[in-house]
Amino acid sequence: CSPLPSLWLSPGEDVGCPGGSPAGPGRGRLGAAGREAAAYGLPDPAGEARGGLAPGEDFGGPTDINGAHFDPEVFLTKLRKECSLAQLMDCETDMVKQIRSLDSDMQTLVYENYNKFISATDTIRKMKNDFKKMEDEMDCLAANMAVITEFSARISSTLQDQHEQITKLSGVHTLLRKLQFLFELPARLTKCVELEAYGQAVRYYSKARSILHQYQHMPSFQGIQDDCQKIMANLAQKLREKFRDGGSGAKDLAECVELLLQLDEPAEELCDEFLSHARCRLEAELETLETELGQPGGAPITDILEFIDRGCNIFVSNMCLVIASYQELFVSREDKVQDITRMAQDKLVAFVNCLMETYFSLVERRIQLEKGVGDNSLLVRALDRFHRRLQALAKLLPASNVAAEGTEIVVRATKERIRQYLLALQNFYQDCLTDVRQSLAAPRLAGKESPNLAELLGNMSASVLNQIKSVLAYVHLFTAKDITFSNKPYFKGEFCSQGVREGLIVGFIKSICQTARQFCETTGDKGGSTPPTLLLLLSRLCLDYETSTISYILTLTDEQFLVQDHTPITPVTSLCAEARETAQRLLNHYVKVQGLIISQMLRKSVETRDWVNTIEPRNVRAVMKRVVEDTTSIDVQVGLLYEEGIRKAQSSDSSKRTFSVYSSSRQQSRYAPSYTPSAPLDTNLLSNIQKLFSERIDIFSPVEFNKVSVLTGIIKISLKTFLECVRLRTFGRYGLQQIQVDCYYLQLYLWRFVCDENLVHFLLDEIVGSTAHRCLDPVPMEQSVIEVICERG
Amino acid sequence: MEDAAPVIYGLEFQARALTPQTAETDAIRFLVGTQSLKYDNQIHIIDFDDENNIINKNVLIHQVGEIWHISASPADKGVLATCYNKTLDSKVMTCAAVWRMPKELESGSHESPDDSSSNTQTLELLCHLDNTAHGNMACVIWEPMGDGKKLISLADNHLLLWDLQESSSNAVLSNSALLEGKGQLKFTSGRWSPHHNCTQVATANDTAIRGWDTRSMRQIYYIENAHGQLVRDLDFNPNKQYYLASCGDDCKVKFWDTRNVTEPVKTLEEHSHWVWNVRYNHSHDQLVLSGSSDSRIILSNMVSISSEPFGHLVDDDELSDQEDHHQEKTKEPLQDSIIATYEEHEDSVYAVEWSSADPWLFASLSYDGRLVINRVPRALKYHILL
Repeated sequence: CSPLPSLWLSPGEDVGCPGGSPAGPGRGRLGAAGREAAAYGLPDPAGEARGGLAPGEDFGGPTDINGAHFDPEVFLTKLRKECSLAQLMDCETDMVKQIRSLDSDMQTLVYENYNKFISATDTIRKMKNDFKKMEDEMDCLAANMAVITEFSARISSTLQDQHEQITKLSGVHTLLRKLQFLFELPARLTKCVELEAYGQAVRYYSKARSILHQYQHMPSFQGIQDDCQKIMANLAQKLREKFRDGGSGAKDLAECVELLLQLDEPAEELCDEFLSHARCRLEAELETLETELGQPGGAPITDILEFIDRGCNIFVSNMCLVIASYQELFVSREDKVQDITRMAQDKLVAFVNCLMETYFSLVERRIQLEKGVGDNSLLVRALDRFHRRLQALAKLLPASNVAAEGTEIVVRATKERIRQYLLALQNFYQDCLTDVRQSLAAPRLAGKESPNLAELLGNMSASVLNQIKSVLAYVHLFTAKDITFSNKPYFKGEFCSQGVREGLIVGFIKSICQTARQFCETTGDKGGSTPPTLLLLLSRLCLDYETSTISYILTLTDEQFLVQDHTPITPVTSLCAEARETAQRLLNHYVKVQGLIISQMLRKSVETRDWVNTIEPRNVRAVMKRVVEDTTSIDVQVGLLYEEGIRKAQSSDSSKRTFSVYSSSRQQSRYAPSYTPSAPLDTNLLSNIQKLFSERIDIFSPVEFNKVSVLTGIIKISLKTFLECVRLRTFGRYGLQQIQVDCYYLQLYLWRFVCDENLVHFLLDEIVGSTAHRCLDPVPMEQSVIEVICERG
Repeated sequence: MEDAAPVIYGLEFQARALTPQTAETDAIRFLVGTQSLKYDNQIHIIDFDDENNIINKNVLIHQVGEIWHISASPADKGVLATCYNKTLDSKVMTCAAVWRMPKELESGSHESPDDSSSNTQTLELLCHLDNTAHGNMACVIWEPMGDGKKLISLADNHLLLWDLQESSSNAVLSNSALLEGKGQLKFTSGRWSPHHNCTQVATANDTAIRGWDTRSMRQIYYIENAHGQLVRDLDFNPNKQYYLASCGDDCKVKFWDTRNVTEPVKTLEEHSHWVWNVRYNHSHDQLVLSGSSDSRIILSNMVSISSEPFGHLVDDDELSDQEDHHQEKTKEPLQDSIIATYEEHEDSVYAVEWSSADPWLFASLSYDGRLVINRVPRALKYHILL
């Protein structure tokens, strides 16, 4: 057998010997043995030998007994040179031992190899037999397969025709089934309608619709279509009824609409129907709301918060529901055509706007009924709620102008409210005035000369101020943080500046001044009956306003209502100026009125007496005492409200001093010439010279805000009247003397009230002088007699 | 343009009565009556020479008593009427009489002022207006535009219409009206309207103004409480027939439309004491004078209620020439204003009168006997004329 030598010769390759060239047997023995030992896991004898002999010897060198380049000659010479004899001997024995063991190993290996080779040969022989058997069977199989193929081909060729027929038949079958569906459709639909399975019916119908439509020219299909249409019309009718019914819940309704839309019902009509239905309900709600307004002219049944609440809870929330469901049904559907959506949306907006308009008008009517000017919180809360609910509605339907209109209503209501408050303040002020008038007119109690003016003023001023404050507090509610509309631009800007500050506060202050000024205009002319004390009181009030109250109120207002816009506002100074002007006019008017009252007494007393035929004076006339009394009481009255004022140089004995001047030197020097018939010219000359040195006196002239100035004004007016009246009369001797007495009496008492006593002296001189001129028999009374009469009282 | 200074003339006596010589339309002449209880009273005839700014005077003696009111006949330069006080048995009565001045004084004589005192002349009495049955005469009013034959006098509460007959030597009471009411009613002043054929007279008593029809002697309008105090004087607008000015002790001058008397058309409150006198200018009714016992005279320009509310109207011919220019000018309405306050007086002014000859000149009289002749400011004069 040929494979054997190859197996024998290739151990080096089996064990992986590097270098293909076989080493000579002599040369590579040890090396081969070592390699084999390594391959078989045996200890390497050469290694051991080397380890004992020459540690540190180079591997692979010519001295390496296991190396490839081993040179026995070099090795031997080296051994001979390096080793001692004993070592050589040991080496030699060792070598012999190794060679022996290597030889026995070799033998064993050869035997083993041989055994294996034998068994392999056996195996190959057995396989050779098996393959022969298999080949036979394969041939048999091939033959069988050929037979099968042949059969199969034969069968399929026979079945070909029948298969086509079956396919055709099954197509016919389905067609027939469809036809049957169509024929049965009316019945099915009827049944569905009966069972109220509307959805099913619509589904059937929509399946068949296009086919029916396509073949409608054929009579049979026509019939079916007619039937179906009839049924579907019926169905649509039912759906509509259901839809119209509306009571069946949002989901049912939605289904209805869905089905109706599938049935190609016109969406517009549906929208209209839906809306008109909703309208009915909402209008009914509005009507009930309207009944809450109460009878026209009568009081509303419920308070405003309740009314708004009801409106919000019933009407607005239902409105929201309607909008939501409508939008769900018609607007926010993906499959809808754009213009239907738009149409539906437009309809909705118009619908909402229309109804909301009615609602708004109701709300406005209700707000207008809100006239009580006390607590504001109910109204504010109601408005807030109203506004809040509208926000929700507006969010649902951004296209409508509901939110803007709602805000508009709130703004209008607020403006109206401010107007009402202004009116209320004015009324309050008027009431205050009436109260003051009453207490002024009230019968004087014994022991109490006059009502305490300062107290009255204080009370009035304080109560007006309190009222302003409380109104400010009420109005402030409109701008509270938690009120939804308080962040609208109107409430941030215009409301604060134009509404509250200008409209309410400035308007009120102006009306105070206006009312006060009216007292100046009406009285006197039309015989108005404003008590002069009231004029005095109001004048002081206005002056107080000018000095402090106005700036206080405005500061308070500006603090509470941080004005953010820059519309022009009335400055404090102009208001103060107005108040001051009013105060001035009132005080002037007071002076005039009081002056006229005293004037009137003096005038009557001069006009009604027969001065030519009067008797010799024994007393001061009662009217003069009355004049002094009245002046004194006016002095007290004014003193309660106004400061004293400044007098020109005044001394305690001034009455005495002026008395002497008046009586002796000046009077004599003035009057003496006029009594002498020779020199009529001198009178004029003298009196003119006198006048050159005295200042012109303005009788009805503005007064200052102090007591002395006021009294001076009144006395000036009175004495000037006295003078003018005297000049219109003719006097007898005793008439002149009576006037002398009267004037001296006035002189004694009036100087203390005026700022410049010379003024009184001048006017009284003038009176006596004029009387002397108008006297038929001018014989003056002795000054001492005059004094006695006057001192007697 | 400087205005000429006012001319001042002093009388020796106190005086209240002043009138222009109404019938004289060329020379500027005023009559002043004095008030003296002790001496013979006088009527001063004041001639004003406008060119030389000089006053010439003639004095007539008025012996019957002190003069409270004087008025000149509109037809005869030499005829005048006075109301005067007469004291009889320690009773004072106010009477009225019509007088004629000497012929040579009618048109003014230009003697030098020095010798005027020597040749004082006396008035010739034409007739008395007999008031023994009616009480004190407050004033005598001549029929304006008339022939000087008709007079009205106010005596206490009587309105008396007189006819002068036999060349004014006899006064016949032709009609009268009586003011009835509570208390002692007394007319204070009156004015005869130049409109409506001179058939209307306005009177003042206390605070009321009444209008009368002289044909029926019935009351035609009544302004109750026209002023807060006594009404002192009245005057009719010479160009607007329903307009009436009044003044009184409430320091106000008021303008009324007699067709609607509930409210005055305008009110002026410029004086600081009683206003005794109010006078419309005869030609330019926007100019209104008022005199007051605050010793002032105020000249007001009441354009808005005058007959020339838009200033002087331009003739049509002129208008066509420079139409645009003039329309602009005439369109702008003028403002009412106080033109001037005259303060030459030092005592109460009881009378102020426009000259009948020169529409730009007026005289005022204060109690101390000072007569002041003043002119409308030249600037305003040209403004009105041009």
